[in-house]
Amino acid sequence: MSDTATTGGASSRMPKFLRRIDPAVATAFACIVALLVFGSLYSTSFLSPEYLLQQLKVASFLGVIATGMMMVVLLGQIDLSIPWTVATGAMMASAAAAFGPVGVVLAIPFGILCGILIGLVNGVGVAYLRIPSMIITLATNAVAQGLMVVYTGGFSPQDSASEAMRYLATGSLIPGLPNAVIVWAVIGAATVFVLTRTTFGRSVYAIGNRERAAYLSGVDTRRIVMTAFAVSGGLSAFGGVLLAGYASKAAQSMGDPYLLPSIAAVVLGGTSILGGRGSYLGTVAGVILITLLQSILSVMQMPEAGRQIIYGVVIVAMLLLYGRSPASR
Amino acid sequence: MSEWRYRLAEQKGTLLALGIFVVMFVIYTANHPAGFTANVVQTASNKGVLLAFVAMAQTLVVITAGIDLSVGMIFILTNCLASWIVVGGPVETTLGVIAVLLVGVLCGALNGAIVIYGRLQPIVATIATGAVYFGIALLLRPFPGGSVNEDVADALTGRLFGVIPASLVVLLATVLVIWVPFSRSVYGRAAYAAGSSEVAAYMSGVPLKRGKFLAYMLAGLLAAIGGLFLTFFTYTGEAAYASGNAYTLFSIAAVVLGGVSLFGGRGSAIGAIFGAFAFRTIGDLLFVFDLDPLWQPLFQGVVLLIAVSLGAFALFRVKNRLEWFG
Repeated sequence: MSDTATTGGASSRMPKFLRRIDPAVATAFACIVALLVFGSLYSTSFLSPEYLLQQLKVASFLGVIATGMMMVVLLGQIDLSIPWTVATGAMMASAAAAFGPVGVVLAIPFGILCGILIGLVNGVGVAYLRIPSMIITLATNAVAQGLMVVYTGGFSPQDSASEAMRYLATGSLIPGLPNAVIVWAVIGAATVFVLTRTTFGRSVYAIGNRERAAYLSGVDTRRIVMTAFAVSGGLSAFGGVLLAGYASKAAQSMGDPYLLPSIAAVVLGGTSILGGRGSYLGTVAGVILITLLQSILSVMQMPEAGRQIIYGVVIVAMLLLYGRSPASR
Repeated sequence: MSEWRYRLAEQKGTLLALGIFVVMFVIYTANHPAGFTANVVQTASNKGVLLAFVAMAQTLVVITAGIDLSVGMIFILTNCLASWIVVGGPVETTLGVIAVLLVGVLCGALNGAIVIYGRLQPIVATIATGAVYFGIALLLRPFPGGSVNEDVADALTGRLFGVIPASLVVLLATVLVIWVPFSRSVYGRAAYAAGSSEVAAYMSGVPLKRGKFLAYMLAGLLAAIGGLFLTFFTYTGEAAYASGNAYTLFSIAAVVLGGVSLFGGRGSAIGAIFGAFAFRTIGDLLFVFDLDPLWQPLFQGVVLLIAVSLGAFALFRVKNRLEWFG
């Protein structure tokens, strides 16, 4: 949130179209290609359309969650309440589905609404009470976990996902193209539109660069920050709803594996963790990169321990490549 | 204004944490079926010091205006390591303890190097290194198990002269050996200066980088002492992801309760220790009042939410709205 780094100072001699490409996004896409090449050496079925579509489908769950995370990161904040917001969305949607025909219809909106509520608490805390986002989101995560533990009695709930949830996550409206991918594409297109073509989007970037300046220019920064957190909460919960549809039921700690990857996807896609800089294309690249990495590691039958280590090392290494703050002078 | 009023103002956070802890502990022991006995105090202090060590670790980093989201994972990693190497005779046990502490220092140094010399944001950097530390812990202990030198473990978790909990004595010794010299040294002041105004400190020629690096390193060491104690209490090592996350979270809560400013530059590890004791006692209050343990996570979460919201009261004193943006 403090200083913003200048990018591409040395690239002024390059042709114009090359200069417009963010080096971080280019690196991320290059890594995707490298991973695909490496994977195809390991197994020939790696480049088959079925496999790639399957990967895209898996990536779309992370993609939906990372979209919300990106909004918040662009503000220079962070949302660490992802794990239990995802679980809350999934559990509440499944719970609503158990309440007769009305519940089935309202299952998905209800799950998302619960996520928006968690996001609103985060947003009010960050924007109006000026609590550091990292702290308040950790706290709401703990509260959401507490609520879900009390609700479920500490076990995975018995309610199963509704038909609509399953259809959204596993069905395919257009033959061959999974619905989850379409959902991600729609959300992605909407995000690109909001971020680049609306006042809200421009304000998000402005606040990320310097909130004080944005406030003095007449932006209601507190409302924008609160809205962004609510959107992040809603999208996390929607990700949870999709995941519940995919697995046909909600589970305890189902959101835990999504916190680190969603931050990693956003940051690897070139969005500055200090806020104010980043493109949705980069986030898409980051999400696909993370999903492919996960997939290759599981194809190689890498145990959980190795996966965690590789994640951490990859994130630190990529950040050291292009995510450093400017040196103090 | 006389000097003692300055001193009092400086220690306000610590004294408040002490006050909260004393009140909570009196309520706790008054309602405990066994009352205020050496046994109750020993159990409470054994549980309390674990969090106290991790909270001290968190304090050192928070003072520099950073945050260490990997303390819980260093804690778990050293626990798993100790369950392998702190065994056998006196020489082996001593070497094992030293090795565990060194690994803690190494983890802290890695965090410090990445954050200070790599110039990455502490949040993301320590989340990532935390994943690495947890991965290593999982490699060491895919399944819970292992053992520890039980004589040492019993001695350090038992009571001295039948009354004083030994773990409290170790905590006191740690404060005297690590925290007091650090906070009074040039590097300790540099860590505080980095937290209160990095630019001003840089202009004054304060050894910022070394001070911050030392803070991260000592944080790793303190988390490792915590991990060692966890092994002494449980006799086993377990790579528990949820537990590591919980300790990271609770350490932040303890630090806030202990009057340490999350924006850096203000607070002390002693305050964080009382914050940790207070947080633990609040969690245990549920048991003496015979409530369903299922409610404990929610109760702790709400306490945490209230604790972190307390800082918002400073907003009422803001005269110029631009101060919102720091």
